[in-house]
Amino acid sequence: MKLKFNHADCSGCGVCKLACSIKNFQLVTPAKALLRIQGLFPEPGVYQIHFCDQCGECAEVCPTEAIVLQDGIYQIDEDECTKCHLCVEACPHDVMIIKNEDDIPAKCILCGECAKVCPREAIIISQEQIAEECE
Amino acid sequence: MDGYAGKVLRIDLSANQIIKELLSEKMCAEFIGGRGFVAKTLYQELPPDTDPLGENNLFIIATGPLSGHFLPASGKTHFGSKSPATGGYADSNMGGHFGPALKYAGYDMAVITGKAAIPSYIFIQDNTVEIRPAKTYWGKGSLTCEEMMKKDLGEDFQILTIGPAGEKLVKFACISHDFGRQAGRTGIGAVLGSKNIKAIAVKGTGNIPIFDLEKAYIKGKEAFKKVSEKPGFKGWTPEGTAGITDWVNEVGAFPAKNFQTSHIDHCHKINGKKVLERLKITDKGCYCCPTPCGKYGKTKTALGSAFMEGPEFETISLFGGSCMLESIEEIAYTNYLCDELGIDTISGASVAAFVIECFEKGLITKEAIGKNVKFGDFDSVVYLLELMSLRKNELGDLLAQGVKVASEKIKNGSEKFAIHVKGLEWTGYECRNAPSMMLAYMTADIGAHHNRAWVLGHDVVGAATNVHDLISAGADSDTRPKAVIDSEASAQFVIDSQHTRPAFDLLGCCRLQMMELGFEVENYAELYSVITGKKMTWDDLIKVSEKVWNLTRMIWVREIKDFGRHFDYPPVRFYEEPTPSGPNKGYCISKKEIDELLDAYYSARGWDKNGIPTEKTLNSVGLKI
Repeated sequence: MKLKFNHADCSGCGVCKLACSIKNFQLVTPAKALLRIQGLFPEPGVYQIHFCDQCGECAEVCPTEAIVLQDGIYQIDEDECTKCHLCVEACPHDVMIIKNEDDIPAKCILCGECAKVCPREAIIISQEQIAEECE
Repeated sequence: MDGYAGKVLRIDLSANQIIKELLSEKMCAEFIGGRGFVAKTLYQELPPDTDPLGENNLFIIATGPLSGHFLPASGKTHFGSKSPATGGYADSNMGGHFGPALKYAGYDMAVITGKAAIPSYIFIQDNTVEIRPAKTYWGKGSLTCEEMMKKDLGEDFQILTIGPAGEKLVKFACISHDFGRQAGRTGIGAVLGSKNIKAIAVKGTGNIPIFDLEKAYIKGKEAFKKVSEKPGFKGWTPEGTAGITDWVNEVGAFPAKNFQTSHIDHCHKINGKKVLERLKITDKGCYCCPTPCGKYGKTKTALGSAFMEGPEFETISLFGGSCMLESIEEIAYTNYLCDELGIDTISGASVAAFVIECFEKGLITKEAIGKNVKFGDFDSVVYLLELMSLRKNELGDLLAQGVKVASEKIKNGSEKFAIHVKGLEWTGYECRNAPSMMLAYMTADIGAHHNRAWVLGHDVVGAATNVHDLISAGADSDTRPKAVIDSEASAQFVIDSQHTRPAFDLLGCCRLQMMELGFEVENYAELYSVITGKKMTWDDLIKVSEKVWNLTRMIWVREIKDFGRHFDYPPVRFYEEPTPSGPNKGYCISKKEIDELLDAYYSARGWDKNGIPTEKTLNSVGLKI
């Protein structure tokens, strides 16, 4: 799955963050979301969506190679994770979190829930991806 | 307790004491949240004869059980106090993101008392709650202060601030949040100023427990889907509340020249379309809102440029109508100025219009004001806003008290065109041919405010309808027939609305999806039930809303010794001066008809002839007073 982000259509409502925390962690806790919305106010008066673009920098810094690329998505092997949190610090978009219950980091695995709930289509599931899946 | 964060934060600024206590299950069952918590706490805890700007007054922040949850527009936050503007019950609410953040930090409600020794701000980050010095922030504009605090604390803090007007105890000072959201009414910004509190910053990283998360998530998604399928989702959202401007003018309910008349010729220059064409940069949504009415933009005028949110309808109608500004850029700049100074745009514009009319009638001199002022003149309006907000001279000091107090001092007939009820300035709808809306203003429980019962549609089309359908249909004629006054029908319709709309203020979510788009109320009862695990129908909620309405009335009765029927009258202008022009030319509602409306209203509510709830009524709604 690929996501597209139309920053200009974002109204900053944050429903994507809340849905992310519910879907991935069963928590009503948007602070645990795996994406961020930044309001650039008072100037220039727009929103910026910060999201995981699967750049792999988290995997680069992981000392135990616990973050591995699978089908274009970097995923954390929790059994290999030593909870050093270097990946969280290295994330250039600041969109990784540390789970409260086990101190293990979490990152976006492109579940697409944010796109499904966005009422303004500021986050959408890539049409090319949908076309590929239909084929 | 499912749905709620579970704690109440109590801050005594004089004693420098911070206490966290468990939220009372009984209070949740009896008063739900938000406005219910505000009214219950004020009635129970406000000491006798409290000075609204004294240490003993309470400053209450309350969320509701639906605040912060996955459903359309769950971002409302309520504030309550004894009002500096009226001396009676005060609540004011705002959208944005503050309330949800407070809940994620663990608190459903905060009750702030006392007075800080030095200018301070309150810092809340989950369990950490501190009273911190605000030296660098004191004196700064609301928007400037928020920008500074975000830089200092982090972008993910939600900030509420007061401006210089709140610091100077201007009685219509507001609270600002999120670069353009305000809890504007009743002067609660002055209450915070009187406590030496410049701002409150909150960051919450916790969880809100929920009865059936899986089901609540499904129901929440269904709610978003249903809202998106309403015609108003695409029809109403683009312009937001500014989209109603033309319709209000067409039906002759636009406040023009301090409510001298009810129609303007320059509406096409200041309507919602002009907001989009000339100002808007982005839609700005409150928490989880699928239909953002906030329009953030930039304005450029002869007096300066500014980024600002708005203007929304009320600001357009009061500055564009009551003050007669003919440019949307100028209206937007006055909006920015009010936000930065920290005053309510509604009251600020009303005071400015009142002064201009007084000056035109020779009741205030040029020397007292400091310059000549006139309707439609941008310089005049900007000058007056700064005069009153910063108390720049003796007249500014007087104007900082609002139009009621100012007119009582100026006298000479100015009392007749001081447009307020109970000391709170009237909002953006002229009502001399709108008896239900007139009654709604007269009996609103904070003073002349429209949001308790917006029933203008009922006056115009004779039935309940949503706003999108109203403005889509438009006005069908250049003139309107004189309203046939059916006091009993108006009273019942107003009462029903006074229970329905404030019910959302109990829940802690926005009513606009229901009011503007027609999203059905039953959805909210269902969401409440799956989130809290407590069965409740919409009718059950309305019963609580009626109880709270009677309780807020009893706060007026207790706080104001001679409170009664005479506090419910509209300005004399509205029953002595027929509308001189426009679609409703020649019409007004007579004093006799005003009394008939009040009689019908009191009777339907079970209040006595003086507008005081009877013991039998209080018992029947579940209040033991």
